[in-house]
Amino acid sequence: MNQSFHSIKVETEKCDGRMKCLRSCPTQAIRIRKGKAVILGEKCIDCGECITACPSGAIVALTDPFGELSKFKHTVAIPSPTLYAQFGRSILPNRILAGLKKLGFDDAFDLAFTCGDTSLAIEHFLDEYQGPKPLIANTCPSVVSLIQVMYPQLVDQFIPIQPPKRLASKEIKERKSEELGLKPEEIGTFYITPCPAKMIAIKQPLFEEECYLDGAISISDIYGPLLSVLESEDQDSYRKSLESICVLGIGWAVAGGMHRTQEMKNVVDVSGIAEIIKTFDDIERGKLQDIDLVVPYSCPQGCVGGSLTVENRYISHNKIMRLLETLEQENIEACRDRREIRERYGQKYFHMKQKYEPRPIQALDEDLGRAIKKRKQKEKIYDSLPRIDCGICGAPTCLAFAEDVVKGEAQSSDCIFNVPKKFQQLTGELSRLLDGFGSFGKDREPQSTHQKKGQKS
Amino acid sequence: MASRQNLSHAFEIQGGDFGKAGCVSLEIKEILRDLGIDPAIVRRTAIAAYEAEMNVVMYADSATVMLRLNPQGIKIALDDKGPGIHDIELAMQEGYSTATDQMREMGFGAGMGLPNIKRNADLFELKSTIGKGTSYKIFIDLGSEEKT
Repeated sequence: MNQSFHSIKVETEKCDGRMKCLRSCPTQAIRIRKGKAVILGEKCIDCGECITACPSGAIVALTDPFGELSKFKHTVAIPSPTLYAQFGRSILPNRILAGLKKLGFDDAFDLAFTCGDTSLAIEHFLDEYQGPKPLIANTCPSVVSLIQVMYPQLVDQFIPIQPPKRLASKEIKERKSEELGLKPEEIGTFYITPCPAKMIAIKQPLFEEECYLDGAISISDIYGPLLSVLESEDQDSYRKSLESICVLGIGWAVAGGMHRTQEMKNVVDVSGIAEIIKTFDDIERGKLQDIDLVVPYSCPQGCVGGSLTVENRYISHNKIMRLLETLEQENIEACRDRREIRERYGQKYFHMKQKYEPRPIQALDEDLGRAIKKRKQKEKIYDSLPRIDCGICGAPTCLAFAEDVVKGEAQSSDCIFNVPKKFQQLTGELSRLLDGFGSFGKDREPQSTHQKKGQKS
Repeated sequence: MASRQNLSHAFEIQGGDFGKAGCVSLEIKEILRDLGIDPAIVRRTAIAAYEAEMNVVMYADSATVMLRLNPQGIKIALDDKGPGIHDIELAMQEGYSTATDQMREMGFGAGMGLPNIKRNADLFELKSTIGKGTSYKIFIDLGSEEKT
């Protein structure tokens, strides 16, 4: 449980302990120890807030370098639809896909189509679902982690449909190995990612057999090179480009876009971890039972708000929404055959083979009696703290600090407000020692006289 | 020894304070999480506490909540100052509610509150004095969860 892979790393030599990450982390998974940020794996959900917050660039996502491409005989880029939102409105997906090929990929696959298929699969699933509501979309891996860690009771409410990028990679590998006569492992599939969270599914697949991706390259790494190879487009080809966009899938990049053109109407869209936490608290209280589906994105505005994106999240959100409007107005529906999707759905092509497992945060103690005792200690320590959450101790809040102390991960003297007390205590001890030393000297005389007396007697 | 394994916590709720509604049950949930209580039990407790809390916010002037916990079980005693419940038997029926239209518009008052507490608690006692207030005693068993 504690060894879970994380896609975020602190480059300690660059970290100058300025605590921005400490305050930005929504799950309190960061501590400053000896002036350097440390990530607590158990609590981290790889949302990437700390990457954005760090002024020193010391927190990085473990994405793959471009050079990884040479390890494979055939490479395919699978960009998140978020990539399409990074460029001006006149640059449409097919030009971006062409640009990726110029950068060295043998092929580029439009993931939006798989997203569209998955939307239809979700719609079918909702139609036949009878269990407790609302269902929760598993689109955002940070949300999956958040539920596993903080809302373990909600894991059964995830839609058990596979995320599109895995399906896409599987499909590509199967098709390409047949077409090109290569082994699946000779074909490299690379996801172009808007955030570090999506890396977890690649580097540490939840379920071994379901991961088919070979690596991930961040949008921010590829943006510059890509921009320089994009070609301009004339009016004729613009219409053609428009016609090649999957209206059902392109919306996956933004909160509220996934089900816009779908039959799914009774859906709640939430974005931003703080808002998601509020919503999940409400779900746990049974407040959203009349909602069919909740689609949470850990980044504000959806994946376009990811920490590895380039464009302002509101501008890219706008671009996707405008694109959707245009496609709807022009009645462009470049998507795969719905009947075929239904057939595949019937064959369980989209279904996940395993369930998500909870991984709740460790209790204060395994034994309930001892945990109660420690909880009381924690409260007592907390009561003695200033409760201003200054962070100087290295914990994000006084309460988190109290817990660290109880768990033996920090000492109460780490609190700067305890320093005077500690100082007083030390000077007290010192003066007692000194007194003792002094009296020791004084004692000696009577003692020696006593001895003398003794000797005399 | 026994007292060491007891945890108690007092909370207060203000009637009509919809802004803070839910805070007490949230805090209780946080305590239970710290203690490593089985998530299914945490959820049941949180729902029962939340429904009781909402009843205070909607109908009463104020209330004190006492949470007591030991390895055998969780006890939530809530005493409110308020109008009291005229007919407890009726109030315990699903769908019965005296909520105003305004409350219903906010999504409350479906008449599921008290039945919901009963469903989620292992023991639920409700006493009320007209014109004075209502007291709720909610007990959730932990004894059977000792093995985990």
